[in-house]
Amino acid sequence: MADGLILDAVDIRHRDGRGLVSLNTGIAPGTIVSVMGPSGVGKSTILAAITGTLPPEFRFSGQISLNGRVLNSLAPERRRVGILFQDHLLFPHLSVGQNVGFGLPRGTDHRRGRVADALAEIGLEGFAARDPATLSGGQRARVALMRTLLAEPEALLLDEPFSRLDAELRGKMRELVFDRARGRQLPVLLVTHDVADAEAAGGKIIRLAPTS
Amino acid sequence: MSSERAVDAQSSRLSLVPALTIAVLIGPIAAGLTGTVLPAFGLLKVGGGGALSLAPWSQMADEPGIARAAWLSVKTGMISAIGALVGCLLLIAGWHGTRAFAALERLLSPLLSVPHAAAALGLAFLVAPSGWAARLTSPWLTGWERPPDLLIVGDPGGWALIAGLMAKELPFLMLMSLAALPQINSRERMQVALSLGYGRMRGWVLTVLPALYAQLRLPIYAVLAYAMSNVDVATVLGPTAPPTLSLIVLRWMTDPDLALRAPAAAAALLQLALVLGAIGLWRGGEVVAARAAQWAVETGQRGHAMTEALARGLGLSIAALAGVSILAGLASQLIWSLAGRWRFPEALPSSFGLRSWDRHGPPALDVTLATLGLAALAALIALFCVLGCLEAEHRRGRNLGRLGLLLLYLPLLLPQITFLPGLQILLLRVGAAQGFWPVLMTHIVFVLPYMFLALAGPFRAWDRRYATVAAGLGSGREAVLWKLRLPMLLAPILTAFAVGMAVSVGQYLPTLLAGGGRLVTLTTEALALSSGGDRRAIGVWTLALTLAAWVPFALALVLPRVIYRHRSGMRGG
Amino acid sequence: MKHLLSAACLAFAGAAWAEPDPTDWDAVLKEAQGETVFWHAWGGATTTNDFIAWVGERVMNDYGVTLEHVKLTDTADAVSRVVAENAAGTDEGGAVDMIWINGENFIALKDAGLLFGPFAEQLPNWELVDADGKPVTVDFTVPTDGFESPWAAAQVVFIYDSETLENPPKSAEAIADWAAANPGRFTFPQPPDFLGTTFLKQMLFELVEDPARLQEDAGDDYATVTAPLWAWLEETTPNMWRGGRAYPQSGPRQLQLINDGEIDLAVSLSPGEATAAIANQQLPESARTFVLDAGTIGNASFVAIPYNANAKAGAMVVANFLLSPEAQLRAQTPDILGYGTVLDMDKLDGADRAAFDALELGVATLSPAELGTALPEPHASWMTRIEKDWRERYGVAN
Repeated sequence: MADGLILDAVDIRHRDGRGLVSLNTGIAPGTIVSVMGPSGVGKSTILAAITGTLPPEFRFSGQISLNGRVLNSLAPERRRVGILFQDHLLFPHLSVGQNVGFGLPRGTDHRRGRVADALAEIGLEGFAARDPATLSGGQRARVALMRTLLAEPEALLLDEPFSRLDAELRGKMRELVFDRARGRQLPVLLVTHDVADAEAAGGKIIRLAPTS
Repeated sequence: MSSERAVDAQSSRLSLVPALTIAVLIGPIAAGLTGTVLPAFGLLKVGGGGALSLAPWSQMADEPGIARAAWLSVKTGMISAIGALVGCLLLIAGWHGTRAFAALERLLSPLLSVPHAAAALGLAFLVAPSGWAARLTSPWLTGWERPPDLLIVGDPGGWALIAGLMAKELPFLMLMSLAALPQINSRERMQVALSLGYGRMRGWVLTVLPALYAQLRLPIYAVLAYAMSNVDVATVLGPTAPPTLSLIVLRWMTDPDLALRAPAAAAALLQLALVLGAIGLWRGGEVVAARAAQWAVETGQRGHAMTEALARGLGLSIAALAGVSILAGLASQLIWSLAGRWRFPEALPSSFGLRSWDRHGPPALDVTLATLGLAALAALIALFCVLGCLEAEHRRGRNLGRLGLLLLYLPLLLPQITFLPGLQILLLRVGAAQGFWPVLMTHIVFVLPYMFLALAGPFRAWDRRYATVAAGLGSGREAVLWKLRLPMLLAPILTAFAVGMAVSVGQYLPTLLAGGGRLVTLTTEALALSSGGDRRAIGVWTLALTLAAWVPFALALVLPRVIYRHRSGMRGG
Repeated sequence: MKHLLSAACLAFAGAAWAEPDPTDWDAVLKEAQGETVFWHAWGGATTTNDFIAWVGERVMNDYGVTLEHVKLTDTADAVSRVVAENAAGTDEGGAVDMIWINGENFIALKDAGLLFGPFAEQLPNWELVDADGKPVTVDFTVPTDGFESPWAAAQVVFIYDSETLENPPKSAEAIADWAAANPGRFTFPQPPDFLGTTFLKQMLFELVEDPARLQEDAGDDYATVTAPLWAWLEETTPNMWRGGRAYPQSGPRQLQLINDGEIDLAVSLSPGEATAAIANQQLPESARTFVLDAGTIGNASFVAIPYNANAKAGAMVVANFLLSPEAQLRAQTPDILGYGTVLDMDKLDGADRAAFDALELGVATLSPAELGTALPEPHASWMTRIEKDWRERYGVAN
């Protein structure tokens, strides 16, 4: 079986049978596929299907596999698929360090050290005890990224992760995310309505059009 | 694979919680109704045996003053519910979003948790002919050297009872409205209406009210049912010759002559019929009002400035009066608890002291702890059910349907006096022990719905994407629940817990009837004292009662701030 | 499980399971040790609540008995519980261990055979009781037969504020005249409140042609005998507080109304109540007490033990303690309770007697001589019928 994230004849419909979106693509390790389209076209629903959090009002057919494992019936937490949202969604009741270390498996050695290293890697040395609410938008985005990477996912999903950042930050953040993903040989699926995001990704671009 | 099966087992155990919750809610009600219906038709006698007979009904009909008692129930219930609703709607229509409204909201919110008995006892002293209002204005204004012989508290028409119920229900309806307004986009609706040249009030009534009313309907019916059938407020403020129907039921229920349980059951069913009839009548009124509103829309009138101002003024006055009178009533209780000699028409006691607290404080403290313990246990069990239901519905991805909502409201719509006597009859008939456990069970029946209503909004509003992110980090549903969802919802959970405790603290009939008198709480104690009329003792106990309801709220406010003092993202939520 | 066990014990113990025997007092004391007694007693007066709490402390210290005061709004609550338990077959381990009881409630339980006893006259302290001089063996003309134990003597008195009412009315007729001249200043607790019904009986005594008739069952002549009472009420009710359209719901409530200046006269069954209320600042210093010229009804307060009580031995220990000179002295102390003692002073030893003699009854309490001899309670059947008729005529007048 092929490595990477494979969406094989994936088709998502409303419960009443109306079609929403279909997709058939493979994402090799270290490459980025961008999905573009107007809102309401079902971009985020594809991501939900991959993470295993599809709302019950949708029906799903086809097969999703990751590095040879079929994900379809796996519980979300066993799929090893990391996701970044535009709102970064740092857990507000935990410190920055606890956020970053949230995905480290239980019993990880040198927890503190690994969290500190991860923070240092994104230029947030000594931020471990900080309240996430005190971070700037760019800092939050970086913390969210490191939190995802430390959990050692096998694929990375991006749901408009740069749209809340201003132009200058956006460029830097894109670079950071894409670099890390390529460095870890992760297949990346980027959902965006921003052409610049998709172009910067440098991979295949799939444009979704509203069905009927 | 095995761990997946474990997850499934956990999920299926979780899916038992909604069923358990329904059993916890419906069990005592169904048992109680059975215990009421059977004796009312002679089919079950406390003393054993029984055969179909209408004798209980004729026995009830023979009671002097029964018709008037029934009429009093309908009248006081209807008028007070209409008054509370109109006051609430005028206030929100005329003032929502203003600074005056914010001030009133701060005034009325804590009043919601003041137990009915405490509010009623405070009001009773405030408005009596020899009460605080008269003392403050005598003799310089009224010329009264002695209190006038006016029948104000306990008047035959029940107007004191109506005023007391109105003052207590208005804050409830107001807070229910405030919870509903954001869901129906009231701000946007109003902007449209104002831009089309409608006056504030008229525009609100025509655009926001219909949607708001749909959300308020069940709470309003609950208010109506309570107002018609309550025992605690009617004991203190209601007429006595005859009293309202519910008090006649209660008198028969506690008579040494067990044969009187039969007419009591019949009267309890009459009470239920009256409440259902009143709700039906109200429903009819809704249709008429909706027609009138449609007609008003079609006239295209934009509203007169005069009536606008009048209506706004009325709304503000009713709400402010309700708030101030309950607070002043509580303040007068504080003064009485510290009073030495205090004769009419002195505005304040001629001496102060801690005597009453020395005397009644220690027993009051004991009972306060017992009351809070019972309340905490009831709230804890209810919290387990509510969280289990909400988590189950979250995992299924579907919210409670209409039927579920109705089930949840059933304990609030069904008069307590209808099914609690039946529960007692049943407990007696089977010889079950009365006391702590039956009381706990009945408290949960009333605590649970309020806690569900308080918690459902914040729980459902929690951003599901946190769960998606956490799943990507390898956390299963249980971990998401315990490590993210519950800690993040700490503040609303504690608030719901406080709501539940306040409801439990305020319960009178369930404690009295299911407890068999063995279980003393602050409410039963305060109402027992109200028959004696030692105002200093009543003052101490009423304050203890109010504080017992307030302390959990204070903790719910303070605890998250302390626990999350370094997490500014957790504040204001 | 626990129930199963105790059921099993019962089955095997059989004859060994015996009721405590009051003649074997040592055994009673031994059995009482560690028991919890639920005393169902009216809880509307803070003075009695405090007294009962004190009794609880004392029996705990001396006998290891835990006393729980179940505060009732109406004694009938406790009676109905016992009757209901009987109907449900709860013949032991009942919820009620002891009831503060009188009159019709006592008769109801005694007639139904739902009381434990006789025990009262076997209590060690019974020797000290003034069984001849005080109404302690007859309750509402029904012999107590040792099924209830007295703990306080009571007599109808009237409380008034001597500052506002210089010459209080001392007969039914005088009350009617005074009320007519001062409308709105007189009331009584609303029957079926015990005190309110007692007031009606007192007026019946005043107005009836032959008071001796009241000692027997109310029969066919009920209407004729009571006619003067109804005439009196017909005349007086419109002149009462709130025009007779509302009534205070209990006795102590009247004290509050006097203190507020709403009424001038209150009826009481406790000769020392006014003094205690003055001490508690519930009545003005000028409050005083009087009895009617023709005398007033007297009775006693009793405690009874239900047949299915869970802690009979403990309850007897409490009942006996209530008859101790120590408890009686405290009950009679004016600013504590001011209840009349049921003990015979001649039977007390020197120190106890001296303590009673040294008791200052207080400004508002009448001396035994002023109280005079108490009239006997009418037969209970009068009370039942008067209560019902009053409710129909005046109880739902609005």
